[in-house]
Amino acid sequence: MPYATRYEELIANTEPQEMILNMGPQHPSTHGVLRLELITDGEVVKEVIPHIGYLHRCFENHAEHLTYQQTIPFTDRMDYLASMNNSHAWVMGVERMMGIEKDIPKRVEYIRVLVCELNRIASHLIAIGTYGIDIGAFTPFLWCFRDREHIMGLLEWASGARMLYNYIWVGGLFYDLPIGFEERCKEFVDYFKPKLKELNELLTNNQIFIERTANVGVLPLDVAINYGCSGPMLRGSGLKWDLRRVDEYSAYPELEFEIPVGKGEMGAVGDCWDRYKVRVDEVVESLRIIEQCLERLQKELKRTPDFDPRAKLPKKIIPKAQDFYIRAENPKGELGFYFITDGRTEIPKRVKARGPSFNNLSVISEISRGVLIADLIAILGSIDIVLGEVDR
Amino acid sequence: MTFDEIKDLLVKRFGPEVIEAEETTGLQPALIIRKDRITAVCLELRTNDQTYFDFLSCLSAVDHGLEENKMSVVYHLASIPYKTQLTLKVVQEFDRTSGSLPICQSVSSVWKTAEWHEREAYDLLGVFFDGNPDLRRILLPDDWEGYPLRKDYKTAAEYNGIKIDF
Repeated sequence: MPYATRYEELIANTEPQEMILNMGPQHPSTHGVLRLELITDGEVVKEVIPHIGYLHRCFENHAEHLTYQQTIPFTDRMDYLASMNNSHAWVMGVERMMGIEKDIPKRVEYIRVLVCELNRIASHLIAIGTYGIDIGAFTPFLWCFRDREHIMGLLEWASGARMLYNYIWVGGLFYDLPIGFEERCKEFVDYFKPKLKELNELLTNNQIFIERTANVGVLPLDVAINYGCSGPMLRGSGLKWDLRRVDEYSAYPELEFEIPVGKGEMGAVGDCWDRYKVRVDEVVESLRIIEQCLERLQKELKRTPDFDPRAKLPKKIIPKAQDFYIRAENPKGELGFYFITDGRTEIPKRVKARGPSFNNLSVISEISRGVLIADLIAILGSIDIVLGEVDR
Repeated sequence: MTFDEIKDLLVKRFGPEVIEAEETTGLQPALIIRKDRITAVCLELRTNDQTYFDFLSCLSAVDHGLEENKMSVVYHLASIPYKTQLTLKVVQEFDRTSGSLPICQSVSSVWKTAEWHEREAYDLLGVFFDGNPDLRRILLPDDWEGYPLRKDYKTAAEYNGIKIDF
């Protein structure tokens, strides 16, 4: 290295009273194999240096050796808590490059949105539940996992797998929804709504929880944008920015939903509580989307015996030579795929995945200077990272 | 602002030689910027009231393959107030055999998020970003040898004496 990096300087300039402390990679509050190197002075965190890459599985290299359809299971394994959303983004990118995005049947689009929103709820339930357990509230975690299990069951029924679905395909779907899915899904929505109220009473408005999260880890909006934060992180800082509305992709323009933003109800705008609350509100909005989808799927887009979700599947996926960047709103934020195709083969020349968690995590050293170690846990939990996507 | 207006703005501000070429065949047009002006161009696009590309969506390095021996860095910019997107590219030739890394200016002074993206590009493709304050490997271990996403990369047989099975 021809010059000292900032990391080397930080370590070299540690004061005698400061201590370097490793948090992770095997620590439950780091939500996976993340290692945070802390420079601490007593209980105060002077500097946080994240070390990532423990779960690196060469997604980009895999994608450069497989066809577009074969890569879909690999995208599922990036953000493994929201596999449907990942493959939806990937598939949309390929479809746009092929120019077939207008040919996709409406029923397929609505099923895609339906399963994506179910998966979004499941992902946010994990975020909410594990955030509770980070702070010290055990019960919400169990409640969230209990309710998430219903969604896992539903998606397993549709796709055959509990977490990694490979359900959304280029040009269509793996299968149509099973008979009775819509009714069962409606039952889940009716069951889940009162549970959400209970969850709010238990956690959202819990005084201890508020004390631990309000005014902690305040992320100002300009910092959030500069660090490339997206999703609930950005909206928690008060900006109405949702790619489902901005890019108007899939069936979203026809659906009604609000974009929740952080308002600073309990403290400053952009604190941990705001980010948490945005997720809770998004669950409510996702339920609204699901209800609208179900209504459409049961009425004008009803299942017919001759409907084949694989009818529009291209025989050979060879997009013409071009560069294309697709972005979509994942539960964690902006998920992007950058494709370079040569127009001759079924294998892309280069694929780059832009994970939302990767960028969201990069802001942690900025917002946790001078906080207590216990608050650092609260900040990390509120970022809601999935290491499968940070490391790819 | 449309793509052509942005092009005019850059030509007016920096002179015509700043844009080496443009790609307009695909769905998303791209501007190829001279490699010694990329930071200035990005700063202008970031701060100008008419463009205001305040969000760096993605930064990727691309190895063009063994025949071309070119390395490019691709910037995907997004403007939150205008809801527009723009692709910039820096393309340069490099000599695989020499062992020296292709050098590109860092844009981490314009967008902080570029810092990690550039570290990733350095890690996986071996592009040196001049001006990045913390250019270390990010996904691979610090003592890893080679740049795995380069087209001439030979898969490592062992790491620190440990045989790698695959």
